[in-house]
Amino acid sequence: MTGHAPLGQHVDPRDVLATDSLLSDEERLLRDTVRQFVGDRILPEVGEWFDAGTFPAEMAKEFGSLGLLGMHLEGYGCAGTSATAYGLACLELEAGDSGARSFVSVQGSLAMFPIWAFGSEEQKQRWLPGMAAGELIGCFGLTESDSGSDPSSMRTTARRDGDDWVLNGSKMWITNGSIADVAVVWARTDPEGPDGGAVRGFVVPTDTAGFAAPEIHRKVSLRASVTSELVLDDVRLPADAVLPGVSGMRGPLSCLNEARFGISFGAVGAARACYEAALEYSLDRHQFDQPIAGFQLTQRKLVEMMVSVQRGTLVALHLGRMKDAGTLATQQVSFGKMDNVRMALEVAREARSVLGANGITTEYPVIRHMNNLESVYTYEGTNEIHTLILGHAITGIPAFQ
Amino acid sequence: MSVAHTGGACAVCYRAVARDRIPSMNVVVCVKQIPDPADPGSLDPQTKTLKRDGKLILDESDSYGVEMALQLVDTAGGGEVTLVSMAPNNEVSGLRTALAMGAAKAVLVSDDALAGTDALGTAKVLAKAIERAGDADLILAATESSDGYTGTVPEQIAELLNLPSVTFAKEIAIDGSTAKIQRQTEAGYDDVESPLPALVSVTAGVVEPRYPSFKGIMAAKSKPVDEVTLGDLGIDAGSVGWAGGGQEIVEVTAAEEREAGTIVEDDGEGFNKIVDYLAELKVI
Ligand SMILES: Cc1cc2nc3c(=O)[nH]c(=O)nc-3n(C[C@H](O)[C@H](O)[C@H](O)COP(=O)(O)OP(=O)(O)OC[C@H]3O[C@@H](n4cnc5c(N)ncnc54)[C@H](O)[C@@H]3O)c2cc1C
Ligand SMILES: Cc1cc2nc3c(=O)[nH]c(=O)nc-3n(C[C@H](O)[C@H](O)[C@H](O)COP(=O)(O)OP(=O)(O)OC[C@H]3O[C@@H](n4cnc5c(N)ncnc54)[C@H](O)[C@@H]3O)c2cc1C
Repeated sequence: MTGHAPLGQHVDPRDVLATDSLLSDEERLLRDTVRQFVGDRILPEVGEWFDAGTFPAEMAKEFGSLGLLGMHLEGYGCAGTSATAYGLACLELEAGDSGARSFVSVQGSLAMFPIWAFGSEEQKQRWLPGMAAGELIGCFGLTESDSGSDPSSMRTTARRDGDDWVLNGSKMWITNGSIADVAVVWARTDPEGPDGGAVRGFVVPTDTAGFAAPEIHRKVSLRASVTSELVLDDVRLPADAVLPGVSGMRGPLSCLNEARFGISFGAVGAARACYEAALEYSLDRHQFDQPIAGFQLTQRKLVEMMVSVQRGTLVALHLGRMKDAGTLATQQVSFGKMDNVRMALEVAREARSVLGANGITTEYPVIRHMNNLESVYTYEGTNEIHTLILGHAITGIPAFQ
Repeated sequence: MSVAHTGGACAVCYRAVARDRIPSMNVVVCVKQIPDPADPGSLDPQTKTLKRDGKLILDESDSYGVEMALQLVDTAGGGEVTLVSMAPNNEVSGLRTALAMGAAKAVLVSDDALAGTDALGTAKVLAKAIERAGDADLILAATESSDGYTGTVPEQIAELLNLPSVTFAKEIAIDGSTAKIQRQTEAGYDDVESPLPALVSVTAGVVEPRYPSFKGIMAAKSKPVDEVTLGDLGIDAGSVGWAGGGQEIVEVTAAEEREAGTIVEDDGEGFNKIVDYLAELKVI
């Protein structure tokens, strides 16, 4: 007896390697719940959101009541799931649209996480329960127009004035900026002051005088997501606005690490949606008197897409298990972010070609995903930066400069 | 349609006497766990019944009863929802879904001797399971299941428990020890009242079942599922299963293929052809 299943046994075209069997019943129920939610609430409308260039802020409360916001954090109204469960939720959301997943990543990993990890008890009590419920929306301001891949070159400053802090500068490309109630803003302190010029995080209510968040328009990617500039013009904050638990670039980078982990899963969702759309389309669409899925060239595309999606799923799940075991290294997160987003973008482009002319309209999900993934490729550490992180990891030689 | 409650010494009815004083509502919901309709199973050629050895899920028809029960308990301000189910191989997946939605606990009957059980046998088992769940003010079931859909189990349970039975409910409101029910009809609905406890079957689609929340999903695994056998319920194995079946499946034949519809090319007069067609069917 060999351990093989009988020849000719049926495999699921959507999950040829049966990766589903790697999930627990609880993970599957959670995953199915998000999938159903995406099918009910996101897919029917996201094409219009994308066309109109908006993401409805009301979705926040729906995300909240499901438990999606800050879901892998403990306490303060957060669901307290495993990291793998968080990843699976990101995967399903991004199978809907990268904009929906971005919302959840920013709220949970970039805005709630720093307050949860580095905030005072008062800051946690004040902000986290409302943010978990989706009643308060958060954003994360690190990037500036002249400071992207090298965020430590930021120019936004935090100056001490008596007990107060005064923030000046501007942030660019900030997801949810214009709809946020609270912004976690990273700013450089006075080199001569007690913080010695270290970068500190500030919890800024967006109704503070001097704060503005004009929306960025004319995007062709991630249109179902609000992207903004943050303008900080003598924004005066009380002493307790600073996050007490962290000083230096470790603060923002640890948030990014959380979000990138979720993106490793999310990208797989976008890729899966493209593969499934291409598979379905190719079985329906007839040319030369047969389904285009019957052509060898098309089968090659479908199989390559399928293999990529399955491989990406395995990478993501492996990262999830390591994160839950507490052994996940940042370089490993870079692996997932770099490889899975690149993979998803290639799958999306291939799927686009299978859909022919229909592939260029937002009637079908594929080009929406394809365009979205261009943002995902760049934000949360560009493909190149993650390549350099891994290059450093395997050679021991930093090549950033 | 108020069916008189003839009383009797069943555990379910017993509590009704005292319930007026307690601002709470205990609802038992019958939930069937069925093979995933998205992944249609096959019939066993020998027994001519649906194979149920794979994974089972919560029958969507029952998600409406679960939602309604949760809402009634919320409105009452206290009490809890208990699930009862009969399924092979101690299957709990479907129960976990309903527990994640907010039900408090479940009674699951699983026994090899139940293979071959027909609808009446199922009702006998569920009636005992409901008694075991205890303290019910109201028992809900779906009008019919999605796989077997004989649509007979709920009324048989009611008869066995000596409870009033109301079918096709689209709305239920509780007023003291009375249930006020909108009962769906072809023309609209009837307002009916029934004393409690009662067994009410709920029409599919009348409420929007909530999504299980993540907290609910995580809490579900620690909610009690009372897994019982026929022996635990004091049921004679000979009265259910193949042995006790009052029905026999004589033959199974494939449903007729649906014929392709007529395609009307619209040359600007398409609407006339549709009107003619409807007139021919005598629907207009
Ligand atoms: C839709 C969207 C939403 C965003 N949301 C947020 C948000 O919520 N909060 C936030 O703070 N930021 C956000 N960002 C900003 C994002 O994180 C930055 O765009 C990203 O870090 C890259 O910075 P940059 O655009 O300035 O590109 P640059 O850093 O200018 O990079 C341009 C190119 O040069 C390459 N490059 C740079 N340095 C090196 C090097 N050393 N070696 C090799 N190549 C290099 C890059 O890989 C890239 O290809 C968002 C961006 C987008 C598009
Ligand atoms: C001779 C014979 C042998 C059979 N053998 C088998 C067999 O081996 N295995 C098998 O699975 N089926 C078998 N069946 C089918 C079985 O009788 C019915 O599927 C089952 O009894 C329930 O009937 P239904 O689904 O038609 O219920 P319906 O009356 O359509 O159900 C209405 C509602 O009652 C409740 N309900 C019904 N069944 C259950 C349940 N099990 N648990 C909790 N609530 C429930 C639900 O709320 C449901 O929506 C057999 C049938 C016959 C006639």
